[in-house]
Amino acid sequence: MNDRPPIVIGAGPAGSRAAATLVAAGYSPIVLDEAPASGGQIYRRAPSGFTRSYRALYGFDAAKARRLHAAFDGIKGSIDYRPGTLVWDLKHGALHCLSNGRSQEISYRDVILAPGARDRIIPFPGWTLPGIYTLGGAQIALKYQGCAIGTRIVFMGTGPLLYLVAYQYAKAGGAIAAVLDTTPFAAKRRAVPGLLRGGSTFAKGLWYVAALRARGIIVANGIRPVAAEEKDAAVSVLAYRSAAGVERRLACDAIAFGFGLSSETQLADLAEIPFTFDPIQQQFLPEHDISGRTPVRGVYLAGDGSGIAGADAAELAGERAALALLEDHGHEVGKPRVAALERALRQIAEFRVTLEAAFPFPVDIAEEMPDDTILCRCEAVTAGEFRSSAHALEADEINRAKAFSRCGMGRCQGRVCGPAAAAVLAAALNLPPERVGRLRGQPPVKPIPMAVVTVHP
Amino acid sequence: MTEHVAADVAIVGGGTAGCSTALHLRRRGATVVLLERELCGGQASGVNYGGVRQQGRDLAELPLARRSREMWGRLAEIVGNDCEFVASGHVKLARSDADMAELEAYREAVRPYGLELEMLGRNDLRTRYPFLGDAAVGGSLCADDGQANPRLVAPAFAHAARAAGADIREHASVTTIEHDGARFRLRTASGIEVTATTLLNVAGAWGHEIAARFGESVPEDVIAPNMCVTEPVPHFMVPNFGVCGGGFYVRQIPRGNVIFGGGRGIAARERVRASPLALSSLDSSRQTITLVPCLRHAQIIRTWTGIEGVMPDVIPVIGRSRTTPGLFHAFGFSGHGFQLGPAMGAVLSELILDGATPTPIAAFDIGRFASASS
Repeated sequence: MNDRPPIVIGAGPAGSRAAATLVAAGYSPIVLDEAPASGGQIYRRAPSGFTRSYRALYGFDAAKARRLHAAFDGIKGSIDYRPGTLVWDLKHGALHCLSNGRSQEISYRDVILAPGARDRIIPFPGWTLPGIYTLGGAQIALKYQGCAIGTRIVFMGTGPLLYLVAYQYAKAGGAIAAVLDTTPFAAKRRAVPGLLRGGSTFAKGLWYVAALRARGIIVANGIRPVAAEEKDAAVSVLAYRSAAGVERRLACDAIAFGFGLSSETQLADLAEIPFTFDPIQQQFLPEHDISGRTPVRGVYLAGDGSGIAGADAAELAGERAALALLEDHGHEVGKPRVAALERALRQIAEFRVTLEAAFPFPVDIAEEMPDDTILCRCEAVTAGEFRSSAHALEADEINRAKAFSRCGMGRCQGRVCGPAAAAVLAAALNLPPERVGRLRGQPPVKPIPMAVVTVHP
Repeated sequence: MTEHVAADVAIVGGGTAGCSTALHLRRRGATVVLLERELCGGQASGVNYGGVRQQGRDLAELPLARRSREMWGRLAEIVGNDCEFVASGHVKLARSDADMAELEAYREAVRPYGLELEMLGRNDLRTRYPFLGDAAVGGSLCADDGQANPRLVAPAFAHAARAAGADIREHASVTTIEHDGARFRLRTASGIEVTATTLLNVAGAWGHEIAARFGESVPEDVIAPNMCVTEPVPHFMVPNFGVCGGGFYVRQIPRGNVIFGGGRGIAARERVRASPLALSSLDSSRQTITLVPCLRHAQIIRTWTGIEGVMPDVIPVIGRSRTTPGLFHAFGFSGHGFQLGPAMGAVLSELILDGATPTPIAAFDIGRFASASS
């Protein structure tokens, strides 16, 4: 294995822990990460020269962030660490990565994919107006640069991130117009017994909601977005329908929204790992077992890129995948440690089922999307154009519908609009979501400049 | 549970040639079943570069290409969808004096076919296309050529054929084909049994497999042309550009994306899967910048390829079988079948229903391969 060192893609919780595990076994992995510093999205580090404390940056998770960062900094001398590096293609034992305008081919025998996740969004009328961010984007502005996205902000959507980001803004002194949750209160109440088993995760959630209410911030459940309205080329109002069906209008200068997370699965797709539909997470996921092994020899998965389970699970899965890689190369690995990791991962997976039930993906927003709503912002395709092009030439799956309409063919290659587009199509054709399939990944994973210089190793 | 279907003509392959033939046959009253393994237009017909080009073709292909070009201009009338065809022109660039001489000779050779080419010197190029770099010294323009959206063409023909009464079956992979002397009998993995008096083999890169079942072994190779597309940039490039000697091409669609190709991807014909090759994408990107330097700041958003059958003489097999009455072939379009697709339907339907077509196709006879005529 030393002639071709193992490769870890991503330096978030999963990738950091995988790399540390390989180093502990005597290997010097290559770690490729898009970010300028390790930590991933959740433990993203502030730029150098910023002086905010771990407590200010990561709140309840300060100790975990500190530990993960320290562990990674501790192995930097033992790994080939390449920050600011995009892996844009990967197949059949060779990957291509881009860094500072230079593209390099690296051949690999073993690779651990830990690319993480992104916000899952559902377009609503006006969502492309300036001033509208994803929840994750709003959080990064605050965490990375210490900037707020506005001075009167609406947080809208569902999932744990909704309350966490709103709380972080409130704590930083941001002015919050309201926190609007698409989940009905009843769904959350039903989930309480299961959520209690999640221990601190649930306690933190309650704490955030209580802290927001204590600040006098409106927290509403069971709402549906109607439209974002514009004044002077920026968002000025969010119109929404309350749980009681009353239309309300909230003045604001920024909106942060999101409906849970989607796994970043393009690299797994390019590696030719088969996908199956996960009915709990409502997304297609690359096949893997609890050890992170996939049907493709030498390719391992860890973290939210293989299915959303959160940062704690990502760390465990990163270690487990690295141990699997070591086992596959004939190393003795501690059986009790493997058993403990798998037990903990199973527990988190069970809790995840409850969490998804407490914050269901509000698929009806996609299904009932008005025809004039921009569905694909890269290619400016409306929901109506998408529906009618799918009907006109009889597209019965998402790649066909994409080919006919250009929805999902732009800069983001459907990473942003894909999940909602699949829901729109499924509803238009009256098919279950798994029948319309998933957008196939095509390189590059993210745009690359034409003037890229090819570096030969 | 087997479903039995009888028709005058069974077509194997849902590319543009197959779908267009289904439409033409239906409009003349023949009953048609078309069997497509995946989705119509899923391979070479649907994922090609989208050039609607006559210039540069083998002279033997020109009568077909001329007939097809006339149909491209009427697609909206023929299939109810213009498939984004625009007669934007096609410029073949010369990078040396020898290239220029070759273009001159070609222009003289194609005159009898009614194809008009305009020679462009270095100054003409600079005046008309100021975005071109110094690599090009001249070129020839075919104003009549253009481009279309390949993703729409085969599905549009399939849709029109279905509306005209053709039985188009997708996800219908043919497992057995037999001929009892009078009828063909085909079975699909999905449990359809088709009987037909005529069989049309338009199976693209897999056409040789069907031909071989009837004692006609032909050396059909496979390629996967590698293509890339950029994000939209302001529209500045009207005609498509290719280069003398081929192998590299670029066009811009009216909404701004620049599409270019060159080199090869990976074709796994047996798995019916193709994937682009990063090094080919990077190479063709470099070539594009050499010819069109202002694109250096554009970003590539997607790369792709598809599986295409190639004959040793780089022209297709078209015509009746030499061994089996009622069997017709049209495959191995060798990387330039997209433009010919619409006319293939007209020509093959004539061949099947009338026994002859006014468009000369003798050069494409399967008998030109020795092992096929034994």
